Amino acid sequence: MSNYIKLVALGLVTMVAMIGINYARDTAYMVHAIIVMLTAGGLFLYTLRRTDEPAAPAASQNEYFDSVVRAGVIATALWGVVGFLVGTFIAFQLAFPQLNFDWLNGFGNFGRLRPLHTSAVIFAFGGNALIATSFFVVQRTCAARLWGGNLAWFVFWGYQLFIVLAATGYLFGSTQSREYAEPEWHVDLWLTIIWVAYLAIFLGTIVKRKEPHIYVANWFYLGFIVTVAMLHIINNMAVPVSFWGSRSISLFSGVQDAMTQWWYGHNAVGFFLTAGFLGMMYYFVPKQAERPVYSYKLSIIHFWALIFLYIWAGPHHLHYTALPDWAATLGMVMSVILWMPSWGGMINGLMTLSGAWDKLRTDPVIRMMVISIGFYGMSTFEGPMMSIRAVNSLSHYTDWTIGHVHSGALGWNGMITFGALYYLVPVLWKRERLYSLSLVSWHFWLATIGIVLYAASMWVTGIMEGLMWREVDANGFLVNSFADTVAAKFPMYVVRGLGGVMFLSGAIIMCYNLWMTVRRAPAKEASLTHAVPAE
Amino acid sequence: MEEYTFLRQFADSWMLVVLFLFFIGVVVWVFRPGSSKTYEDTANIPFRHEDKPAPQADDTTATPKEARS
Repeated sequence: MSNYIKLVALGLVTMVAMIGINYARDTAYMVHAIIVMLTAGGLFLYTLRRTDEPAAPAASQNEYFDSVVRAGVIATALWGVVGFLVGTFIAFQLAFPQLNFDWLNGFGNFGRLRPLHTSAVIFAFGGNALIATSFFVVQRTCAARLWGGNLAWFVFWGYQLFIVLAATGYLFGSTQSREYAEPEWHVDLWLTIIWVAYLAIFLGTIVKRKEPHIYVANWFYLGFIVTVAMLHIINNMAVPVSFWGSRSISLFSGVQDAMTQWWYGHNAVGFFLTAGFLGMMYYFVPKQAERPVYSYKLSIIHFWALIFLYIWAGPHHLHYTALPDWAATLGMVMSVILWMPSWGGMINGLMTLSGAWDKLRTDPVIRMMVISIGFYGMSTFEGPMMSIRAVNSLSHYTDWTIGHVHSGALGWNGMITFGALYYLVPVLWKRERLYSLSLVSWHFWLATIGIVLYAASMWVTGIMEGLMWREVDANGFLVNSFADTVAAKFPMYVVRGLGGVMFLSGAIIMCYNLWMTVRRAPAKEASLTHAVPAE
Repeated sequence: MEEYTFLRQFADSWMLVVLFLFFIGVVVWVFRPGSSKTYEDTANIPFRHEDKPAPQADDTTATPKEARS
């Protein structure tokens, strides 16, 4: 019966998408309508072929739902490479503007590719990593199979569709120009549906848990899911100009709009890229170190302090703007206080290795996790410092900000995700070990040196540019034109691009290593405790 | 009173106090007597049930077999 309802719904969606192709007011909307039509039409045929066939046996509740996690691991690795590749390319576009080829104009110039890069790494790479690891962790720490059955597949594929819609939208010029929230209203609505389903699965699994306590990683994951839902809905409140076009008008205007955007923007960092990834840290670091987290009490205080403070930090992006001073000061003070929970969490993660520091010498995977926590500590030191108004007057609008973001994103988010992937693949594909530890070491050093090149060159160019902008001569006239600063930045831009190349090659080595782990590494022997009893 | 002024004053007085007390409450709760023992058990959750979920109450196939002999 449910199949008939599905068929009706899919048929209707296909038909509306066809009408959309005809009436589309802009190219991006038409491309989206084509993608939706093909997806819904394909699903219609898929469902039709399975209607009135004998139903597959229900999955056993005594097994974990790991196939969707495996798919998530693959998606994370692939989107990661795509995102890093686009990032490296636009880094070279900045260094060598000739790379904004004429034949690519309107699709592949820097302005179109930049949101593609940010969304690909944050939402495609990071988002898939978060969804996959949260599904893995919540099952293990609740000792229960994922709630909702195939709803998890809906979330996985629905999220991939969201990524494809967002990415094609950027290339064809559909954007609402909100940092990290560029997709237009129709894509936002789709993500809302996915996110509600994701929340339902996660909560449902927690509700049916067999462990009396909710492990701290799940608190962080849940904080991330709930807050991102709230941020996404409020930041994207807009009125579409037409049902058949991608343009929409924000409900906010002026400084309220700016504040809403940065309230969203900074909490995308705070909850998507921090709280969620801390959930990863609190599971995978203890697992890889084979010892429980250093202090469980500290982890609880870490959680509450972090979510209480992060939500206030957004206004530090709007120093010296129309935003009232009191609001900017509030954001600055809260950012500085954030030092405490961030470093509390960093200490908790690092000290988990106390008594097992020797593993650093033998296990490159734990080395990766440790350096990610190191970068977490470093960027959560740098961030509060940059939020101080006086520092911000130098750093804002310069490349220093970009360097800061990347030491956090490449160092913390990237490295902890790589560590989690190296842990997950042998477990999920039932392999005894990784294919090659020396390839992990190669990845580790390429990525680390790449990040160092990136961050260092951006510090130099950022501070240089900030100083050049404020330099005045004896008569009070500005000394440098904007083009002077651009010319002066060229060598650092090349170094940054090289850092990107190294980080990208590390990720490609990882993909090869993980692929060979699945193909070649020895299979784990079936556990003897479940052997057939002797006759 | 104007809505903005009301919300603003409420936020930086009563709500601030409520959130602050909640946070202090969390810290006190974390350090309550006997919490170390509970948290030791909780911190070890990742090391249990690695391969399969805890047996279901209504599921007989998952109960351990070795008890029979």
